[in-house]
Amino acid sequence: MASLISDTEPPSHPHPSSTDLLRRKKRLSASSSASVTTGDDGDSHHARWRSEKQQRNYSAKLIQALQQVRLGSSSSSSAAATPSPKRGKAVREAADRALAVSARGRTLWSRAILANRIKLKFRKQKQPRPAAAIPAVITTTGSISSSGGGGRRSWKKRRVTVVKLNKKSIPTVNRKVRVLGRLVPGCRKESVPVILEEATDYIQALEMQVRAMKSLAELLSGSNSAPTRPI
Amino acid sequence: MSSRRSRSSRQTGASMISEDQINDLVLQLHRLLPELGNNNRRSGKVSASKVLQETCTYIRNLNKEVDDLSERLSQLLESTDSAQAALIRSLLM
Repeated sequence: MASLISDTEPPSHPHPSSTDLLRRKKRLSASSSASVTTGDDGDSHHARWRSEKQQRNYSAKLIQALQQVRLGSSSSSSAAATPSPKRGKAVREAADRALAVSARGRTLWSRAILANRIKLKFRKQKQPRPAAAIPAVITTTGSISSSGGGGRRSWKKRRVTVVKLNKKSIPTVNRKVRVLGRLVPGCRKESVPVILEEATDYIQALEMQVRAMKSLAELLSGSNSAPTRPI
Repeated sequence: MSSRRSRSSRQTGASMISEDQINDLVLQLHRLLPELGNNNRRSGKVSASKVLQETCTYIRNLNKEVDDLSERLSQLLESTDSAQAALIRSLLM
């Protein structure tokens, strides 16, 4: 959907540097969408997070969310004690929320992010879902101290092709998938293919988030350094 | 997008997950990862655990990057005034 929100105020300030920044942002999103066509196997969901349309959609939502953060923080108390860590987290949460909304509820992690925000708002404890029955039950004993330690242990083994997972490596792979499941929001107790699928989508969404926020930061810092023109 | 769902069909008895499915997913994941050290080893074989390890690292890095960027954005937002913010919004549409 073309989320081009018709702006009421036309950009009546044709500042040269701002048009350069706009061109740079368009080039950024255009290059990212071009890069996916080369390595795309026809997976539509790979292109989903890289299309320019999606990026504009997300940028719009992000801007709105950030505006609300600004208005909220400035109206509540301008002389807050430590605004920066709170504001940083608020920005992150707003960005995550905008990202989750852009996912249109098709993925677990987006639903989990939105559910978490709402639940935190109402101060409710998140009910742990009953773990799905998994065949090779991984008894998470104290051996999972950190993924770094587990990783080193398995790297000493001979490299196993993905084509055949033999019996020895199944516990290792499962363990790593568990760790991965903890990283992706909302996938803590899902089965292995679900976690892998959510992870692919989550990575792409995060990449888009990074791109959008980076270009936004560049825009803001660029306009800050530019001399203020009479309004 | 519907093809993705039908390929990794969600079966209730989780013991029916085929290894092929898992391998497919791991390969897909591997394609997404930044190919810093993978150029040498692209001999058609990838280690599943290694892919997963790199995935975890990559997600952590992305999260950290988003945190840093949001920190930076919050500082920038404090210093810009609303007129500039409106201008930027109009630029990004």
